[in-house]
Amino acid sequence: MTSLRLTVKTNESDPLPEIDMSTHLGLLDLKNPILTASGCAAAGRELDQFFDITTLGGIVTKSVMQNPRSGRPTPRMAETPSGMLNSIGLQGPGIDSFIEKDLAWLSERGATTVVSIAGGSVEEFARVAGKLRLAEGVSGIEVNISCPNVESRGEVFACDPVAAAEVITAVRRNTAPNIPVLAKLSPDVTDIVAVAQAVVAAGADGLSMINTTLGMVINTETMRPALAGITGGLSGPAIRPMAVRCVWQVHQAMPEVPILGMGGIRTGLDALEFILAGASAVSVGTTIFHDPTAPARIRDELTRAIAERGFETLIDAIGYAHREPDVELAPTGPAFVEFEQALDDDQADVDL
Amino acid sequence: MAVQVRGEVLDIRRVGQYHVLSMVAPGVAENAKPGNFVAINVGGEHSSMLLRRAFSIYRTDQRGVYGGTVDIVFSVAGPGTAWLAERTRHDVIDVVGPLGRPFVLPAEPVPCVLIGGGYGAAPLFSLAEKLRERGCRVDFVLGASTEDRIFGALEAKRISQSIAITTEDGSLGERGRVTDVLPRVIERADSAVLYACGPMGMLQAVAKTAERYGIHSQCAVEEAMACGVGVCMTCVMPVVGDDGQTRMVRSCVEGPVFRGDRVRWSEVGTVPDDVIGSIAWTQAVNDSRFSGPLPVAVEEPELIDDDVAAASEELS
Ligand SMILES: Cc1cc2nc3c(=O)[nH]c(=O)nc-3n(C[C@H](O)[C@H](O)[C@H](O)COP(=O)(O)OP(=O)(O)OC[C@H]3O[C@@H](n4cnc5c(N)ncnc54)[C@H](O)[C@@H]3O)c2cc1C
Ligand SMILES: Cc1cc2nc3c(=O)[nH]c(=O)nc-3n(C[C@H](O)[C@H](O)[C@H](O)COP(=O)(O)O)c2cc1C
Ligand code: FES
Repeated sequence: MTSLRLTVKTNESDPLPEIDMSTHLGLLDLKNPILTASGCAAAGRELDQFFDITTLGGIVTKSVMQNPRSGRPTPRMAETPSGMLNSIGLQGPGIDSFIEKDLAWLSERGATTVVSIAGGSVEEFARVAGKLRLAEGVSGIEVNISCPNVESRGEVFACDPVAAAEVITAVRRNTAPNIPVLAKLSPDVTDIVAVAQAVVAAGADGLSMINTTLGMVINTETMRPALAGITGGLSGPAIRPMAVRCVWQVHQAMPEVPILGMGGIRTGLDALEFILAGASAVSVGTTIFHDPTAPARIRDELTRAIAERGFETLIDAIGYAHREPDVELAPTGPAFVEFEQALDDDQADVDL
Repeated sequence: MAVQVRGEVLDIRRVGQYHVLSMVAPGVAENAKPGNFVAINVGGEHSSMLLRRAFSIYRTDQRGVYGGTVDIVFSVAGPGTAWLAERTRHDVIDVVGPLGRPFVLPAEPVPCVLIGGGYGAAPLFSLAEKLRERGCRVDFVLGASTEDRIFGALEAKRISQSIAITTEDGSLGERGRVTDVLPRVIERADSAVLYACGPMGMLQAVAKTAERYGIHSQCAVEEAMACGVGVCMTCVMPVVGDDGQTRMVRSCVEGPVFRGDRVRWSEVGTVPDDVIGSIAWTQAVNDSRFSGPLPVAVEEPELIDDDVAAASEELS
């Protein structure tokens, strides 16, 4: 009888290297740098059946607005090469129900929770933040000023530094000072550094980047747009180089501002790219749809990758790709020494 | 509860236009109920196709030699299913399941009709077994466009009181659609429940038929899904709840099986105006209750800037 090479998927193979993976986003201390991305993990409950969500750095919840919201008609998604388009339209239960059910569950479960909020007006952002200020179990607030899907008034705050700053000012004012406010930026701008500077000046304690980038698919059978919403947000590995570039540029301009990096992270090495570019922590989004245990897997892969590169703590790796070029101009290293040696030996052998 | 496992292909074979794939998937088989589905990764480890493909569970065997096995029936619809059709014995596939809500079984031994459109027949055989264990009479109606898209006719015959087959081209059974023969079956068996899985149009027609006869229907829907586990909100449909309110509900976790009379079939693909949180609903709430821009605005405490300022001072 032939034997089957059956392996049940587990996360443990070799023991994990014992290095300090803790990090922080402003005043928010995280046990490790892996969070879930808003809108890709709901409020954590569904993923808890696949892995213990309290072992992550944190859960970033689906952006919540003041009122219940039904979102857009279907089709809401289209698969694209190494990515997908989505046009959900911020479907959600509204802040009251969110606090009562989702946040209460997360809090009871003991997860570190970053609540993502959205709004159609500066006032709505302020009110949602005000509600959260009175709620238990909020470790941080991510302000979704960048969602290209918002229907109400069609505004995209993140594309206008002034509007973006107004939102952040209002949220910061209505949030307890010990709770960090992260502004989530859109890549669909000419100068992301300018928007980053504006929201930091308005009181953002950190930056989440990037949100999806606007895209479109046309169904060649129906010869109409594939999504009911016509355009949608592109996410997944397809946008990763763009995301790494954004993190790099903003970290370079403002190295002191903590960044929660995201966009197409699929493996521990992908996460490492963001850390090296300057992110203090990362969120895993679309990859969860592919692999619901991905956040836990990526956490372990990143731990190994950091240790293998000789870092003693995760924090030492943050922004490491920005270091000065290595100074020695002359080639060095074992390979070159051996080569010289070989030359010498050759010469010694030559009978002059 | 669903698990994610690295399953292994035991066998794959052609049946008419379909492929039947058996895999060892420990943990999936043990918990599966009729109507559950699995979500499978396609394209291999470095695939550029990120989204899982959903398939109804056709059969399970908890006592397979190598652990629990799960069978699915699928047709090649695009690159993902084409990849799946190329798998051979021992290939590894990443499976998540069992997912979704299963068919609800009747408490009493009442006559039931099981209606399958194309590969939609797949989840009905294990359901038929469960119903028969409870002493229910089972009648089958299978329909498809052509003969080679009728799945499981022999198996259906073996476990049912009667079977009716329809094809659109008349190549097998009666020419026409399942709902052409359904009234006859219901009247003959005095059926109390209709169970259906197949294309949306068929499900809508079945639900309507059930309504006409004043009987119950359970329909397993097929809506495009990105995650299959309830986290992404792509798979929603307008469904009426116990309170009479329509909501956009996730068909992957609150379905795929719904009561036929609860789905607003002709509005699938839209957000009806009376759905909680629709643009029109929000507008109506605003107009009727308040003059302000947000419905609950007047119940809100004043913005709490002063408190924050005070707290900041304390901190610094
Ligand atoms: C709950 C459920 C149960 C299903 N059961 C079966 C089954 O038993 N047998 C079977 O053959 N098929 C079944 N399907 C449909 C099956 O999932 C699709 O045929 C398959 O995803 C197509 O993938 P593809 O790459 O070949 O096609 P493509 O058209 O290239 O797929 C592109 C994208 O669209 C999605 N998609 C395409 N067609 C469908 C569809 N009909 N339903 C949902 N998503 C779709 C894919 O998941 C993918 O993300 C089921 C779908 C659902 C939601
Ligand atoms: C289905 C879906 C829903 C999303 N919903 C939100 C949301 O509600 N709020 C938000 O700030 N970002 C949302 N995003 C964006 C993600 O949080 C993330 O910024 C983006 O997808 C890039 O990361 P990724 O490639 O890892 O998914 C959503 C993304 C997807 C795919
Ligand atoms: S498919 Fe993601 S919520 Fe249903």
